[in-house]
Amino acid sequence: MTRLNTYDAAMAAYEPVLGIETHIELDTNTKMFCGCSTVFGAEPNTQVCPVCLALPGALPVANKAAVEATIKIGLALNCSIAEWTRFARKNYFYPDMPKNFQTSQHEEPLCEDGFVDVVVDGESHRIEIERVHLEEDTGKTLHVGGAAGRIHGATESLVDYNRAGIPLVEIVTRPVPGTGALAPEVARAYAAELRDIVRSLGVSDVRMEQGSMRCDVNVSLNRPGEEWGTRTETKNVNSLRSVERSVRYEIRRQSALLDAGDKILQETRHFHEATGETSPGRSKEEATDYRYFPEPDLAVMEPSRAWVEELRATLPEPPRKRRERLQAAWALGDKEMQSVVNADAVELIEATIAAGSSASGAVKWWLGELSRRANESGVELDALDIAPSQVAELQGMVDDGRLNDKLARQVIDGVLSGEGGPAEVAAARGLEVVSDTGALEAAVDEAIAANPDAADKIRGGKHAAAGALIGAVMKSTKGQADAGTVRRIILDKLS
Amino acid sequence: MSDRIIDKAAAELAADIREGRLTSVEVTTAFLDRIDAVDGTVGAFLHVDREGALAAAREADAAVAAGESVSPLAGVPIAVKDVVVTKGLPTTAASKILEGWIPPYDATIVERVKAARMPILGKTNLDEFAMGSSTEFSAYGRTANPWDTGRIPGGSGGGSAAAVAAKMAPLAIGTDTGGSIRQPSAVTGTFGAKPTYGSNSRYGVIAFSSSLDTPGPVSRNALDAALLHEVISGHDPRDSTAVDAPVPPVAEAARLGATGDLSGVTLGVVTELTAGSDAAEPGVVEAYRAGIDQLVKLGAQIREVSCPSFVHALAAYYLIAPAEASSNLARYDGVRYGLRAGDDGERGLEEVMSLTREVGFGPEVKRRILLGTYALSAGYIDRFYGQAQKVRTLVKRDFEAAFEQVDALVSPTTPFTAFKFGEHSEDLYRMYLADLYTVPANLYGGPGVSVPVGLAEGLPVGFQVMGPVMGDDIAYRVAAALESTQEPLLADTAPEIEGK
Ligand SMILES: [Zn+2]
Repeated sequence: MTRLNTYDAAMAAYEPVLGIETHIELDTNTKMFCGCSTVFGAEPNTQVCPVCLALPGALPVANKAAVEATIKIGLALNCSIAEWTRFARKNYFYPDMPKNFQTSQHEEPLCEDGFVDVVVDGESHRIEIERVHLEEDTGKTLHVGGAAGRIHGATESLVDYNRAGIPLVEIVTRPVPGTGALAPEVARAYAAELRDIVRSLGVSDVRMEQGSMRCDVNVSLNRPGEEWGTRTETKNVNSLRSVERSVRYEIRRQSALLDAGDKILQETRHFHEATGETSPGRSKEEATDYRYFPEPDLAVMEPSRAWVEELRATLPEPPRKRRERLQAAWALGDKEMQSVVNADAVELIEATIAAGSSASGAVKWWLGELSRRANESGVELDALDIAPSQVAELQGMVDDGRLNDKLARQVIDGVLSGEGGPAEVAAARGLEVVSDTGALEAAVDEAIAANPDAADKIRGGKHAAAGALIGAVMKSTKGQADAGTVRRIILDKLS
Repeated sequence: MSDRIIDKAAAELAADIREGRLTSVEVTTAFLDRIDAVDGTVGAFLHVDREGALAAAREADAAVAAGESVSPLAGVPIAVKDVVVTKGLPTTAASKILEGWIPPYDATIVERVKAARMPILGKTNLDEFAMGSSTEFSAYGRTANPWDTGRIPGGSGGGSAAAVAAKMAPLAIGTDTGGSIRQPSAVTGTFGAKPTYGSNSRYGVIAFSSSLDTPGPVSRNALDAALLHEVISGHDPRDSTAVDAPVPPVAEAARLGATGDLSGVTLGVVTELTAGSDAAEPGVVEAYRAGIDQLVKLGAQIREVSCPSFVHALAAYYLIAPAEASSNLARYDGVRYGLRAGDDGERGLEEVMSLTREVGFGPEVKRRILLGTYALSAGYIDRFYGQAQKVRTLVKRDFEAAFEQVDALVSPTTPFTAFKFGEHSEDLYRMYLADLYTVPANLYGGPGVSVPVGLAEGLPVGFQVMGPVMGDDIAYRVAAALESTQEPLLADTAPEIEGK
């Protein structure tokens, strides 16, 4: 069993240093070095050609749209754009890599020296970006016949090259010290900010759960005042929540080892979504010598300053500025807005408002009930099976008095379990505020008869006693009455 | 001139076809029959495509008959080095690892040959993956030099050169990484040209060393080579390293050179390629000097220029080319195409990949992959690959400085004439010296042509002319001028081959 410290115990003794490498698949129409389509989900090996299959004699040609997208990302991350840059070959053998080298960048990345500011608990942290470079994705290997798709025991290995050659941008931070106990949140906030920035540029759909954005998270610990410790690299972390959890887990695991006087192995580790744990992968000691050298099949790139400035001029409003603008428009306090950002709900709320909801209503649902549901099921908010337009529809029904909050929560149950949109669910489940005053008056009469003491108190002027009667009416109408209406009827009858 | 079709040069055959004196089918058939008759002795071809060639010949004849405007070489058949990818025709790079592979696409230069309505006779032998100077490293047997069948035809393009020398093809395509067109041409008495790097597309040319590989023509004379050069040259958007500039007017230059007037042309004799001549055989030096004398008689000025870095060029070449090759050849792993060894259901993927490469590659290829891997390894890359790149920069500077003073540089093509089979197999350094004079032009990227300049002890000697980048025309002009002093041409006097 892996020994773990409590997080608080770990933080009492150690300081973490973070580092994050992020791979983002660009959604260009064609692959990085050939004309093949990049559409996700096609039949295996239907989006291939001599170039991306590495047939003898085939040559790559760089995709200008991918270079442009990478420059935009670099600019949005405050990087300087290289005046002279080239590709390099990263040599290693792997069956799903057709050339047995990856065309990447080494000493001359397209973008360098940028930063991203993220706010956690009202405190701003600057994450320095070392480099942003362009490379190509690999194919995918499927092991058939063994247990759970593992290579061990497999009778056949099948390779799908549709993904081979899809443009991939790698964004590497410098080491991030000084975050203290906030390290997991800072890591998550960085990943979220990066995702929002890239999404705002429209160059990738940055869906972590689909693998179009993947984080490798480096963590090391050191005692205060001592040198940085040995780091581990947790590979392919596939959600914002997992970024946070993987950092937290590594801090707890590494601190326990250090407490026991053990050494941290410099290794890659795998994150397990189900357990929130990491397990060892390849040790860096046996790491491959990639034998990088400049890619002789591709011309050097010299992005002209005019082009770079042209691209800079097309950059959209940065997500952070946009959030400030939205905060004002939605009339939220700093704390509330921070909650919205932490819940990763900015886009969802914006879309909900765009679909006709009031700002307060949209914020209320996404931060309240829906966040709670997402937490319970351990998924991201935007992975819930409810669309912003449906939340707007729900709020509309509340505004019209057709639903009260309690009924609305039941409607959400129905929507999340796939029973249809809010109106459909309300109709199918018979969830509607009872507005038939005849039926309500009968229910009130019943309640008065059953609670003569409370009725007398009201007659004596103690209006607060109405609560008991309202409760009784709500109970008898199974919550489908509007509490305000019930109160009015009671007071009318008894005063 | 002889009446035999196979004795004619390509330009003459093209004119005969255009003007109705011959059909492409007749011409193509004559060369195919010649292949049948003598290739058992020579071994120039790995694959002959009689049906495909004749079908293309019939189409060429139809186009001529229909009065279509056709290319200057329409109907003239051609042989293609088996390192150039041909759709539907086996392409092996003379390696076991590609045995049985049928490419699904054509190299750009093959597309252009087909568009010019030139029937493809077949694919010619070479050193495996173009690594060698004798064609002895082919996995599919040796090719004999038509001048002496006990000797090598040069390499790596020995098959293309021997096919032209033995009159099995009027034209051939070769590739030149360190001399693989020029050196075989020199030792077989044929004309060979390495064009400016990037002026001929590499798309579909199986890579040996990407920054050096250059496809080009092999022929009986300068004009034929120039005509083929113009067919295959020109920008290709599928090759990112391709030069996007007009093709130099090489055919015009060859015709101008053939007039025998070189007045106003200054030629540089490179001290480092001739002085001492410790590597060169006396007969080679003698023929080369006779060539210089002829050029002077045609009005050329001769100036001695020094290119100090050239003495390191061969060493740099033997680091850069293997380094790139070690990476270029990584794709041959048995996963997607070609040979797959040891896939018995027991062995894992990595083991199968490893075994495939163990069985599929020959000794010279393995040697160069190891050498190149070493040269790129952590801790060695700066000392080897890095140093070699510095030498390469110096070689370029030496060339550029030389072309400030002269129009073209001249040297022997190769230090020695065709050697006997097996003669250098034990002494690879000696074998590697075959490229001593040709390698600088590859490192620089400029054009180099080899033109026959006589015999040494009965064996052909080649004379090299090197031009500035995109100055292929001056190289052709000088070579064609020298050729005009050679009467008769070696290609016309090659010994008859006895069929087996
Ligand atoms: Zn492709």
